[in-house]
Amino acid sequence: MDANIVPSKAMPVQEMDVYTDTRDYLAPARRDAREMGFADWFICDIDAHHLETVHWHEVIEHIEDPVVRHQAMMYQKERFGAPPYGLNGDLGLRYQDVGGRIPHQSGQREKVEETDVHRDVTLTRRAMQALCVDKMVVFPTPMLFLGMHPQADMEVLLTRAYNKWLTERVLPGDEGMASLVLLPFNSPEEACRTVEEFADKPGVIGFTVTSTRYKPVHANEYMRLYSMIEETGKPIAFHAGYHWQDPSLATCNSFLGMHALGFAWCNIVHMTNWVLNGIPERFPKLKSVWIESGLSWIPFVMQRLDDQYLMRMSEAPLLKQMPSDYMRQNCWYTCQPMEKSSEVGLKATFEMINAKTQLLYASDWPHFDFDAPRVIAEIPWIDEESKRNILGMNAANCFGLEPKLRWK
Amino acid sequence: MRTVRICREDELEDQGKTVVEIDGLQIGVFRLGDDFYAYKNLCPHQGGPVCQGRIYQKVVEKLDPDMKSRGRDFDADGVHIVCPWHGLEFDIRTGKFAGASDVDIMSLEGYATQVQDGDVYAIVE
Ligand code: FES
Repeated sequence: MDANIVPSKAMPVQEMDVYTDTRDYLAPARRDAREMGFADWFICDIDAHHLETVHWHEVIEHIEDPVVRHQAMMYQKERFGAPPYGLNGDLGLRYQDVGGRIPHQSGQREKVEETDVHRDVTLTRRAMQALCVDKMVVFPTPMLFLGMHPQADMEVLLTRAYNKWLTERVLPGDEGMASLVLLPFNSPEEACRTVEEFADKPGVIGFTVTSTRYKPVHANEYMRLYSMIEETGKPIAFHAGYHWQDPSLATCNSFLGMHALGFAWCNIVHMTNWVLNGIPERFPKLKSVWIESGLSWIPFVMQRLDDQYLMRMSEAPLLKQMPSDYMRQNCWYTCQPMEKSSEVGLKATFEMINAKTQLLYASDWPHFDFDAPRVIAEIPWIDEESKRNILGMNAANCFGLEPKLRWK
Repeated sequence: MRTVRICREDELEDQGKTVVEIDGLQIGVFRLGDDFYAYKNLCPHQGGPVCQGRIYQKVVEKLDPDMKSRGRDFDADGVHIVCPWHGLEFDIRTGKFAGASDVDIMSLEGYATQVQDGDVYAIVE
């Protein structure tokens, strides 16, 4: 035995669970951020999440219809163990945490003592600090299913209630937080009203279509909406999701298969319709952002559409360039989850999408497949300018943000 | 080379673990039966705190002689530490990524362990 024995100290957090403080959970990311000097980089996270249903009793107070609001409040008050009033979704089919293996996905029940701001502000700040993120866009979680709501009116009521709650009660708590407010896309006139009312609210930097839905994005009824959004100069985003109601996806018997395909499939369909129907030609200044589908679907769609377009140009007469050109010039993409198993594949993807200008960092924190900023910073085959662009400056350009350094 | 004292042997129960720190180096030490295994608390996937995850038994799929699936089960012989960041599972006995068993994907950085006079030690560079 070595005579030179050194003592060790037990770590204060022996095992991460749903009560672990976000700062402890993400301590390694904080260490990486220090080592990599991220405080000097503008880092913008275009896709993080909060769990709006934890505060559903607050959200429903903002339902405009007095009768529905009253029903919702009575329901939340008196029904024991019931899911959030009016919200569709997958109820118990939520397997993201892999049976407790990934606790932060199950819930964030950590202690929050701060009372000056909303709890979600504190949780978001903790993640921003750990990841060294200067600007963080927060999305809801179960509400990503809203496009599948059987009652179009309820989609409108809940979307508006959430947007109001978020912009009035949460976002004012921290200017580093931002939102791409939800559009009740199944009701185009209401979606236009959302743009009118929310475009200028502080913290609103764009608009979201939750992608799991069956309305074609090229339908004539949406042209006024696109024109209005183009006019604001703010992007429209398509935030991906999955759902078990799609018969072909429902053949997947694991969440692994469902998640891998579902989050790409909805955006594959919308992108195909978006480009082939010439939306980028009709609205050349309209920026579209494609969120949380990863990246590997993009080269597939680019190549597939280009190949077929050559043979059938009469079916897409508005196009003046190849489909992939629009996808490279008019569209932006968030990186997460960045599929990294093939360097060759990832390199080709970066080149094909022109990552230097079109790729946006997104963490997806606190979800099971979140990416810390190091996934971009440690890529050895892109230059520093590209890294800085992807981590923040592309977002600053796309969303018109001031690249303020928060953690310097 | 340093010999780091981790804990008393009887402080760790079977399939238990402890995570310690020494000069900024974090080490997870695991007990399986009478054997002890030590790994750096740094996940090769994305740098997560792998040793601060939960311990799970390996999951297997049961196939009948006709190759029909008869569902999944736990296999008590395979014990995994699961990184809490994204759920990658590592075999505590080998430190290797526990899936895709025919190929080497990635491994934890391991340290030798010793037990002397009821104390558990890890030998670190
Ligand atoms: S960092 Fe450990 S699973 Fe990703």
